[in-house]
Amino acid sequence: MSNIREINVSSIEESIYNLAIEAAYKLPQDIHQKEKESLEKEKSPVGKAVLETILQNVEVSAQGVFPLCQDTGLAVIFMEIGQDVHFIGGNLIESVNKGVERAYKDAYLRKSSCDPLTRKNLGNNLPAIVHTFIVPGDKVKIFFDAKGGGSESMSKVQMLKPADGRDGIIKTVVDWVIEAGPNPCPPTIIGVGIGGDFERSAILAKKATLRHLGDKNPDPRLAEMENEILTKLNNSGIGPAGLGGITTSLGVHIEMEPCHIATLPLAINTACHVNRHKETII
Amino acid sequence: MAEYKLKTPLSDDEILKLKAGDKVYLSGIVYTGRDAAHMRMIETLKNGGELPFDPKGQVIYYVGPSPARPGYPIGSAGPTTSYRMNPFAPILIAQKGLKGMIGKGKMSQEVKDACVKYKAVYFASIGGAAAVVGSAIKKAEVIAYDDLGPEAVRKLEVEDMPVFVCYDAYGNDLYEVAKKEWANKL
Repeated sequence: MSNIREINVSSIEESIYNLAIEAAYKLPQDIHQKEKESLEKEKSPVGKAVLETILQNVEVSAQGVFPLCQDTGLAVIFMEIGQDVHFIGGNLIESVNKGVERAYKDAYLRKSSCDPLTRKNLGNNLPAIVHTFIVPGDKVKIFFDAKGGGSESMSKVQMLKPADGRDGIIKTVVDWVIEAGPNPCPPTIIGVGIGGDFERSAILAKKATLRHLGDKNPDPRLAEMENEILTKLNNSGIGPAGLGGITTSLGVHIEMEPCHIATLPLAINTACHVNRHKETII
Repeated sequence: MAEYKLKTPLSDDEILKLKAGDKVYLSGIVYTGRDAAHMRMIETLKNGGELPFDPKGQVIYYVGPSPARPGYPIGSAGPTTSYRMNPFAPILIAQKGLKGMIGKGKMSQEVKDACVKYKAVYFASIGGAAAVVGSAIKKAEVIAYDDLGPEAVRKLEVEDMPVFVCYDAYGNDLYEVAKKEWANKL
């Protein structure tokens, strides 16, 4: 029988606090690297100039005064909780929210949560969007995603027909991203969720945007689809900031799970070039 | 594609010089506003009230900046997605003589038509280059709707803010032109 590991929720609050601030000011290394490579490959002079500005932005932000983007996002948290963990010292979700509230206040991050109808800003960026998953073990893995509204708005779930198949999936994703064009701040990272059910596909798509950029799906069928979609997107002409070029997307990440025999759920979650996510294990 | 240095307010002659694809370094006063502020301004106009500033010849930057740190006028300040202002921009252009909008992403045919009919320009800025823009803003002052927080109307003083002419007064669309030019070039 496994031993129960006690984790004080104050350590969760502290982790969230640190991840939120780091995410807002420091672009993940994999994305930064990919943007430098894209600058080398970009053929459009305007596209090159935009990528240079984007790289300059990373440098300015890393000094810790100006966040990478003024839209510092809603705080989206994926938490994989080992089933042998027992949280003590308070309420887990409250501790996450406290970490988010303190980080957004202390680090001068924009508070973007509002009442959907009155549009009144709630002033604290709460609540955080928390997805918890129970997994084997006695650790807690936290993914922090600062999700901006511009790219999130260029996302969707669509219930395809089973007969649409592989080609239907590719066409839907490509058409959607091309239609979104300059809106979600290209070069983008496209998360695609295939299968599961309606809401599961959306969670898969968002989780896919958090994958290390450049890592392929281990299923060769999906890796091939990722490549095919990426090539089509970078041949669209949209380019950096939509001002033309061959760097429309930095990566396409697909996650897939089985679905019902009558359904083919497809979700597309778009992330911008400042795809701010950090992770830690407690 | 030409490069221009312009200072606000903008005249019809200056607007008519600009073509989609030109790069403009904008200096002077720029007002900020996005969804919530626009909704209030349009409501004010409907009720026959006065706007918090006179848009005649002016430029509105679609931005909701992050909070300013002590000693700085503003935080990060990149453009927000402009299509949400589609219902408002043509009204301000037609009724109040607004000459320019700065944002990112596509706007509607109505906005393009208003730019042609009333000689105005939609400038595209680089979304997500917010630290670069924020650090280049010299002065910022909230002039209305303070309760909207990041969405309050601000008066910014900018110097050589780089923007691209996206929709010009001749009906051209930089996004469409650039996309065609660079398609299938991988």
